[in-house]
Amino acid sequence: MSRLLLMISCLLLAPWAAAADLAVFAGRLYTQAGAPIDNGVVLIRGGKIVAVGRRGEVALPPGILTLEAAVVTPGLIDARTVVGLSGYMNQPHDQDQLEISAPMQPQLRAVDAYNARERLVDWLRELGVTTLHTGHGPGALISGQTMIVKTLGNNVDEVMVKPAAMVAAHLGPGAFGAENRSPGTRAAQIALLRQQLIKAGEYRDQQSSRKAEARPARDLEMETLVEVLAGRLPLLITAHREQDLRSALRLREEFAIRIVLDGAAEAYLMTDAIAAAGVPVLLHPPMARQFGELENASFTTAKALHDAGIPFALQSGFESYVPKTRVILWEAAIAVAYGLPFEPALASISSQAAEILGIADRVGSIEPGKDGDLVLFDGDPFEYTSQVVGVIIEGALAD
Amino acid sequence: MRTLIFAVLCAAAVQAHAQERPIAFVGATLIPIEGEVIENGTLLVQSGRIVALGAAIDIPANAELRPVEGRVILPGLVDTHSHIGQVAGADMSGPIQPDVRALDAINVRHAGMLKARAGGITTVNIMPGSGHLLSGQTVYLKLREGNSIEDLAIRLDDGSLAGGIKMANGTNPLRPTPFPGTRGKSAALMRAHLVSAQEYCAKVADRKLAADKRPPRNLGLEAMCEALDGRRIVHHHTHRHDDVLTVLRLAREFDLRVVLHHVSEAGLVAREIAEAGAMASIIHIDSPGGKLEAMHLLPDNGLRLAQAGVLFAYHTDDPITDSRLFLRSAAMGVRFGLDRDTALATLTLNGAKMLDLEQRVGSLSPGKDADFVILDGDPLSVYTRVLETWIEGRQVFDLADPAHALLATGGYGAGRDSVATEVIQLEAMQ
Repeated sequence: MSRLLLMISCLLLAPWAAAADLAVFAGRLYTQAGAPIDNGVVLIRGGKIVAVGRRGEVALPPGILTLEAAVVTPGLIDARTVVGLSGYMNQPHDQDQLEISAPMQPQLRAVDAYNARERLVDWLRELGVTTLHTGHGPGALISGQTMIVKTLGNNVDEVMVKPAAMVAAHLGPGAFGAENRSPGTRAAQIALLRQQLIKAGEYRDQQSSRKAEARPARDLEMETLVEVLAGRLPLLITAHREQDLRSALRLREEFAIRIVLDGAAEAYLMTDAIAAAGVPVLLHPPMARQFGELENASFTTAKALHDAGIPFALQSGFESYVPKTRVILWEAAIAVAYGLPFEPALASISSQAAEILGIADRVGSIEPGKDGDLVLFDGDPFEYTSQVVGVIIEGALAD
Repeated sequence: MRTLIFAVLCAAAVQAHAQERPIAFVGATLIPIEGEVIENGTLLVQSGRIVALGAAIDIPANAELRPVEGRVILPGLVDTHSHIGQVAGADMSGPIQPDVRALDAINVRHAGMLKARAGGITTVNIMPGSGHLLSGQTVYLKLREGNSIEDLAIRLDDGSLAGGIKMANGTNPLRPTPFPGTRGKSAALMRAHLVSAQEYCAKVADRKLAADKRPPRNLGLEAMCEALDGRRIVHHHTHRHDDVLTVLRLAREFDLRVVLHHVSEAGLVAREIAEAGAMASIIHIDSPGGKLEAMHLLPDNGLRLAQAGVLFAYHTDDPITDSRLFLRSAAMGVRFGLDRDTALATLTLNGAKMLDLEQRVGSLSPGKDADFVILDGDPLSVYTRVLETWIEGRQVFDLADPAHALLATGGYGAGRDSVATEVIQLEAMQ
């Protein structure tokens, strides 16, 4: 009974509560769950997809609100961003993606810093992004946690999908300590990380001691790393150079942890090793500037990962200047222009991203039971001159 | 006599670049920018110049034929604002340094120069940054293959190297003393400098002045004289609407020829810009903000300028946007409402006008330099690639060449343009 009441109150509070049920017709419907459907239709009720098929073959309630577009895709998923913690003004008051007082702070939660009303969230939503994997950014050896949210809603609780998604780590010079503080070399980074994971293992063992006095006091940093050691939180490791990517794989071997590679500019040099490890990649935006740690980056890396059978998703990443965020729709377009086939490209910002982020039960494809998240286009989604003509999140038409 | 020798040397220099045998590019869609699109056309070039173009032109018997059916030929792209070539201008010793020349800093072998060719850029204005009120003299280059800045330089009729002056206002030049701390101080410093330049230039120009009354040579003020007499265009970084008006006010007071750069809030003062007859060199950025002055910069900036009748061009501001994706800037303009013809002009002829080079580059017109780009499709499509870039009748980029293809996409070694110095620096610090 109480559960039923809760469901009803949720419906009243949720942004889709006011939204009518609706049917969306598509000249071409990319469901990302099977072949595209020409003249397709998607029926959404109560914020969820309830039917998908060819127009005329899906029974529609009389008088239902209908929309129509040349092309319809699943709501897009930005597989790695800092938007919401990092704001468009780029002033100290709106930059919460990085705290550098200590090299490792896995206890920092994204939920405590997210601004759901950030203008860049609106910007991305208007360009088809309905789900964000956002949180602490690169720049520290362990900068904190990430989370997954939807892009329509006024506060973090309203938009929450997954409050703790991954723990963000970063290898290479981009995460050296400020002002000559440790870690100042790659080897020092790995030594610190290994020591901390070993310490977390000891903490975990002591916590399970039968004697109350042998159990250490709660330590939020250690608790988070215990989740990493248990494989419940993947370590999201930002690394661009081949040697850093290999260090990440070595860490995974040593501690038997789940890792996800982030950035991975030189991944094309070692696709065999990444594929053998079965590690997914959240690839840097193809238009990320090709200098510094990314001096060997290529517009063709997405194609190389696809050709090697490595599961990957595209991300908007972190930008410290202009543009303050990249847009995955436009980044995927460049990957396509440089050899990635259309459907894997769409998957890299929808279904494949959902799989890697562990949210494929809710988003990433157009199937009955999934959230009613759709993007409507007036043509080829990746063409420069096409327009996003509508964005629907959990059945609500976003402005 | 001296002039004669000089003229002969210049002619020799031009000949070194010239290609004698005519080349006919046959069967492409020609987009001349000036004039109608020509389907299945032929472009004939010789001695570094465009000789003729059309659907049915006479091809000389000795011409080399290059079949380019299904291709699209566009004039070489003109980038009015770029920082390729490891350019640096003024140092931190003061806010106004017109004596500093970009040409003394540029590494012609820098990967950025090669990548710009891969993007179809043939003419570029390389500028120092915007952290000063005046950060130095800019240099206009052709991205020819060459070993020295002189090989790439564009020469004016008097043999001097073409370039402008870089100025900036708004927040970028605001720094501790001796830099300005407010906008009012910025304008005051700049006006004072222009006034002293006016006085210097008047004395230098006064032939009646006795030798002992003539001012000693001042390299900075010499460059300012060229700005004041209109030979050097002022390329003025500016974002906020009120800063834009400050530039127009200074330009009016000192009769400067200015091109407004970035002009993020152009939409708010488009009428004033149009009335002043100023041109605008703008950038496409994928999201608003990143700095406070760009918080209102939206991708419809070009549309708003076009609607107000302001002549504008896109620029890369490389590394802010990648030279290889320069075509994309105009395509994004179209996405946000710009018409296609204007969009293509913003990559070519409009930029040429901002560099005083429209008689030489910016369109496929007989007599102009044979600078062009061969594409495999619609210039405004994401799927289109630059296949070849030609400058003055010579191919400088060929996607079919693996070394060039590496630069065109990036990849291992594509960005390496200097030795790794980190270890040496660490040792030197101890």
